Amino acid sequence: MVERTVRIGSTHGLHARPAKLFTQAAAASGASVTIQKTGGAPVNAASILAVISQGIDHGDEVTITVDGGDEGAVLDELVELLSTDHDE
Amino acid sequence: MEITGTGIGQGVAVGRVVRMADRLPEPVDRPSHLDPEREIERAKASLSVVAAELGRRGAQAGGAAKDVLEAQAMMAEDPSVVDEITKRLATGKTAERAVFEAFASYRDLLASMGGYMGERAADLDDISQRVIAHLLKLPAPGVPNPGHPFVLVARDLAPADTATLDLDQVLGLVTVDGGPTSHTAILAREKSIVAVVGAADAATLADGDTIIVDAANDLVVAQPTPEQIAGAEARIAERAALEAAPVTPGALADGTPVPLLANLGSADGAAEAVQLGAEGVGLFRTEFLFLDADTAPSVREQQEHYTRLLAAFAGRKVVVRVLDAGADKPLSFLNDAPEENPALGLRGIRALRHSEVILREQLTALAAADAATDAELWVMAPMVATVDETRYFTTLAKELGIRVAGVMVETPSAALIADRVLAACDFASIGTNDLTQYTMAADRLLGTVANLQSPWHPAVLRLIADVGAAGAELGKPVGICGEAAADPLLAVVLVGLGATSLSMSPSALADVRASLARYSPDDAKALARAALAAEGAAEAKQAAQAAATEITTTRAAAS
Repeated sequence: MVERTVRIGSTHGLHARPAKLFTQAAAASGASVTIQKTGGAPVNAASILAVISQGIDHGDEVTITVDGGDEGAVLDELVELLSTDHDE
Repeated sequence: MEITGTGIGQGVAVGRVVRMADRLPEPVDRPSHLDPEREIERAKASLSVVAAELGRRGAQAGGAAKDVLEAQAMMAEDPSVVDEITKRLATGKTAERAVFEAFASYRDLLASMGGYMGERAADLDDISQRVIAHLLKLPAPGVPNPGHPFVLVARDLAPADTATLDLDQVLGLVTVDGGPTSHTAILAREKSIVAVVGAADAATLADGDTIIVDAANDLVVAQPTPEQIAGAEARIAERAALEAAPVTPGALADGTPVPLLANLGSADGAAEAVQLGAEGVGLFRTEFLFLDADTAPSVREQQEHYTRLLAAFAGRKVVVRVLDAGADKPLSFLNDAPEENPALGLRGIRALRHSEVILREQLTALAAADAATDAELWVMAPMVATVDETRYFTTLAKELGIRVAGVMVETPSAALIADRVLAACDFASIGTNDLTQYTMAADRLLGTVANLQSPWHPAVLRLIADVGAAGAELGKPVGICGEAAADPLLAVVLVGLGATSLSMSPSALADVRASLARYSPDDAKALARAALAAEGAAEAKQAAQAAATEITTTRAAAS
């Protein structure tokens, strides 16, 4: 299992389109992925409802864990997605 | 049998009824007679059918709607929801009940978070309804697609329904709820669909019934006789001929020009409006650029769209209304706070003043588009209630390079001090829908008070007359850009009250043009006086009608 902490890049946080893109990528990776808002509990990153109901905003720190498959590559891809501003 | 409602436009249609399925009742919480494994199979099968359907609709819709529908498809098969359903099935509930409860738990969670998440709560309700309908083998709630032309009968249409309606198949619309300014009514006007809204007894119509939708007479005829059908078809042919008549500029009988302009919601409608004889644009709504967006569009994005619009109207007037958010069209990035009375809340110019950067960006984009094209750009602010707001807007607009800046008169306060408001800006445009709502204190979205929402009410006409008089005194234009201008008889009254231009859905231009040409300026004033002196809306319409009939019969007798 690998994990990393990243700051959310999207201006309006992890809602709407950015949340959709992230959840799609997590589900497509085949690995077991969780996302945890600092101070919160880890939730299934492949669940769009679990992700948006965390209320993750721009600049919040989240920790991603990836378990199974090509962990390192999946983690890199997801971190990249989260730190990019998709609202531009 | 005749069912009364409020007709939209002057058209008539004959067709077979297809009803939009009503919302499903909450599934009863009773023990399932199937075992949990079988129930989860049923639930998963229905979830996946609904997800696939939403995905397909997304691909079909494209654009911003695609992202929204794809996200909904993901919600339908969300692993957290499946977990919640499985948990409930293990206690012996039915799949229908478990699906209902699982989505409801997330709906309540999101609703409690407000803002963007709160809006997604309604999406979950819709998904839940679709899945339960599939489990019950019932028609999915939402817009039907019978594969032949039909008259759609619904309780009311939500914007989401209208977005996916196949307009080529819709002969007419009949709604049980909804007033003349409901989404259904606005859609009907924009797309020239014959509609009767707020027809309470339409709930008794059944699938397959042939009916006549008579918008001009505010009627739906159930079980029409062959004679009635023949009469309706003759009128349909007559109207088709009228629409084919050559297009001339709007004018009264003596040639006094009354420019007829178009209300548009996006640059896409520009070509059609010009073809139907629009002499410019009297109300360009900019909300569509912002709706479904989580952030305001960039200056460049806006500028491109405005340039496309202005280019279509080279040499003509285009009146653009800056973003009118709030009330029935909330935008999360402008106003996130829930309000008890949103129609009286932080909306229009109030919201923009609160988030001035959005207003500045929009005005900058408009000024740049104006500089790049040959149209005559006028810009106006919505929901202005005070001289202070008027001055704030015009000062900022001029500072950012807008040449002609005015305000919408939608509040009684602005109408009552129209002389001072007009002194502080270049023009006024009366939004009759909101002016009626605020004058009559009747929510324009509420079918139960639809009887109070008529712009024919003398109280509303009195305010319009005050604005008209102030405009004439100061030599400043006073336009009408509400749906009232689309009513051929009321249009004459409005000109009599001092309106100098009329803006409407392009589909209404032909009827209004033909009506104006029958009356002189004195006739229009006589009609206005008759309507103003009446006791109520219905009486005002009757009085104007009687005055009009007298004028036309006297003239026919004289010639």
